Amino acid sequence: MFVTYLRRELRRRRRAALVIASGLALGIALVIVVSSVTSGMNKAQDKVLQSLYGLGTDMTVTKAASPPSSGSGSSGRPKFSFKGQDKDDDSTQSTDRVMVQGFQTLADTTVTKVKGQHGVASAVGGLSLNVLKVNGQFKRGQVAPGQGGAGQPGRGSNGGSGGSGGSAGGGQVQGGGASFDVDSYTVYGTDVTDSTLGPLTSSKLTKGRTFKTSETNADVALVDSSYAKQKSLAVGKTLTVHGTKFKVIGIATADSGDAAADVYIPLKKAQTLADTKAKVTTVYVKASDSQQIDAVKSAIRKNVPGTTVTTSADLASTVSGSLSTASGLASDVGRWLSIAVLVAAFLVAGLLTSSAVRRRVREFGTLKALGWKSGRVTRQVMGEALVNGLMGGVLGIVLGLVGAYVVSAISPTLTAQLAGGSGGSGGGGGFGGNGGGFGGGGAGGPGGPGRQLAAKAVQVSLTAPVSLSVIAVAVGLAVAGGLIAGGFGGWRASRLRPADALRRIE
Amino acid sequence: MYQLTAVTKRYQRGKQTVQALAGVDLTIADGDRLVIQGPTGGGKSTLLQMLGALDRPTDGTVELDGTDLGKLSEARLTRVRAETIGFVFQSFNLIPTLTAQENVETALVPLGVKGAARRERAAHALESVGLGERLGHVPGELSGGQQQRVAIARALVKEPKVLLADEPTGNLDESMRDEIMELLEGLWKERGLTFIMVTHDSTIARRAPRLATIRKGRVTVTSNAPA
Ligand SMILES: Nc1ncnc2c1ncn2[C@@H]1O[C@H](COP(=O)(O)OP(=O)(O)OP(=O)(O)O)[C@@H](O)[C@H]1O
Ligand SMILES: [Mg+2]
Repeated sequence: MFVTYLRRELRRRRRAALVIASGLALGIALVIVVSSVTSGMNKAQDKVLQSLYGLGTDMTVTKAASPPSSGSGSSGRPKFSFKGQDKDDDSTQSTDRVMVQGFQTLADTTVTKVKGQHGVASAVGGLSLNVLKVNGQFKRGQVAPGQGGAGQPGRGSNGGSGGSGGSAGGGQVQGGGASFDVDSYTVYGTDVTDSTLGPLTSSKLTKGRTFKTSETNADVALVDSSYAKQKSLAVGKTLTVHGTKFKVIGIATADSGDAAADVYIPLKKAQTLADTKAKVTTVYVKASDSQQIDAVKSAIRKNVPGTTVTTSADLASTVSGSLSTASGLASDVGRWLSIAVLVAAFLVAGLLTSSAVRRRVREFGTLKALGWKSGRVTRQVMGEALVNGLMGGVLGIVLGLVGAYVVSAISPTLTAQLAGGSGGSGGGGGFGGNGGGFGGGGAGGPGGPGRQLAAKAVQVSLTAPVSLSVIAVAVGLAVAGGLIAGGFGGWRASRLRPADALRRIE
Repeated sequence: MYQLTAVTKRYQRGKQTVQALAGVDLTIADGDRLVIQGPTGGGKSTLLQMLGALDRPTDGTVELDGTDLGKLSEARLTRVRAETIGFVFQSFNLIPTLTAQENVETALVPLGVKGAARRERAAHALESVGLGERLGHVPGELSGGQQQRVAIARALVKEPKVLLADEPTGNLDESMRDEIMELLEGLWKERGLTFIMVTHDSTIARRAPRLATIRKGRVTVTSNAPA
């Protein structure tokens, strides 16, 4: 009779059942969408961090930021020398400068030291370089009597305000001119003997081959696919960096679409180019236990002085941009919204069930008058509510899956802004012409001393993966909703008296 | 069968107290047919609730076959209702979603009768009230008279000792009324039930062998000469 009665009631009161079920469904769907979007956000964030670090890196070690001194600032600033040409000479000159990113290096003995720390599984050093290349034609101006004002170098400042250009040579220079362009790209010197860590792990080799472990000092390079496209580079072609010709052996494509560097070369070659023998900018560290990252961090900090240790968690906290806004939204607004909707749905389900019982006072009174135990009547009411809850659960799961699918299908692109430690890009160098003074505009050079992680924007597309545990939670919520509703109604039904069979209502 | 002694029932509504029964003494023998009559609000339904173990008296005792119903636990009272008493209501009180047969089956649920046996007994009870062809119809598809027949089948399917009816023809037109009365009287004679019925209808009251009139909670019993 329980099942027959239940089935008949649900069929007759289809509409009321649907109202209760869809209220619960809405709450449950919201929970599914919010939690799947949140896990999508986490995935996206992991991806962003990977694009910086590569896979499997738990932390990086860099030189501790030192207060900018005027000495270090000016010594790192690039200087270019061009010859002023005679009036009729239009030939092109070109020169490039190789600079260490952030101007701060560590001795490569640090790598071994870090490797020796307790809890470190492996450590690999790398050297990040910036190459600034200037091509152009320069003509000597006619210098009128008076002092030709040499270009004043801009002052590179730590926070990165643009360098002021060299002051023009006033009205004293006539007819002089320069037309040139500045090309800047990044080069990463990688440890070819250990390819398990470092920025290259977040790129896939799409053409050619990768470094051989024997190529520690070979003139070979991997080129990032987008840079290769821009410069029409291909496997087998050559690339000249600061006078050294590198053979392109492979093209790498970054997983996140945003590569850590434009060109990868063996570490030793990079050190030679930058004139920083036995130096690295960053040590990539993998901990033997991902739960022990904080302990490893403090061990390195204590035992390897003068370094800054940055974990993924530290880095994640510096991520800004639409990704972090969205993930903040999903975890805060989304969570509270779904809790509010769920609570409201539970309450509405409870009240509707309870009012349905009130409308059926005489029916339940009659059953009690027929000798039905109170518990049997209550069970009937609970059963109906539970089925309503489960229907809401099924509906909610379907709705939630559709919602998550739609998010994944649209896959909105989010931007993550990674703050690059204390030093932004900025202060540029002025160009001082030696041929009687022309003042070029200050080109934006790399920033003052700061950490190696340059400010960087990474684009990731959002997905909303639905896990089985989320579905399990949804089912749990549906059952809970049904039980809460049934509790309201059942309590009411249990208090009815058999004499209510004679009540004049309905 | 029944022995009522000084039965009082008071209803408390806020500060107001309504005395529905004011010291009722009444004896009803096995196989009796008693009609209860009286003005509205006199306490007829209240008295029937006492007899049907639907409620307890405030004072006094209601004995059914020597057991004081007022002293029984809720579970025992439920048992008495399930086994001994059949109830017919003025407004039929059928479960609207269940078919005629299923409605009759609800009376057998507390007795633990299950499956085919239950369906068969319900079908049989419906046949005995002339609704053998309407087993699968829901109340909404039946006329008032037919619905009351289903209710009578539901009351009698468990073969109770007592049949209580509170204005069973109150919601029916005249032709239906006679039909139902005939059916009830026939069943009473056939089964040797104790049949107690509340009615407003003086034509029906006149036909009863014993008549209890209840006014302001007090009962007077008169015996009609057999017609
Ligand atoms: N549950 C209750 N709570 C409060 N007062 C009640 C309750 N049930 C009945 N009463 C009151 O008790 C008195 C007797 O009611 P009862 O229903 O027994 O009258 P009745 O004779 O059946 O009337 P009717 O012919 O209208 O059915 C009435 O005054 C009624 O208002
Ligand atoms: Mg009444």
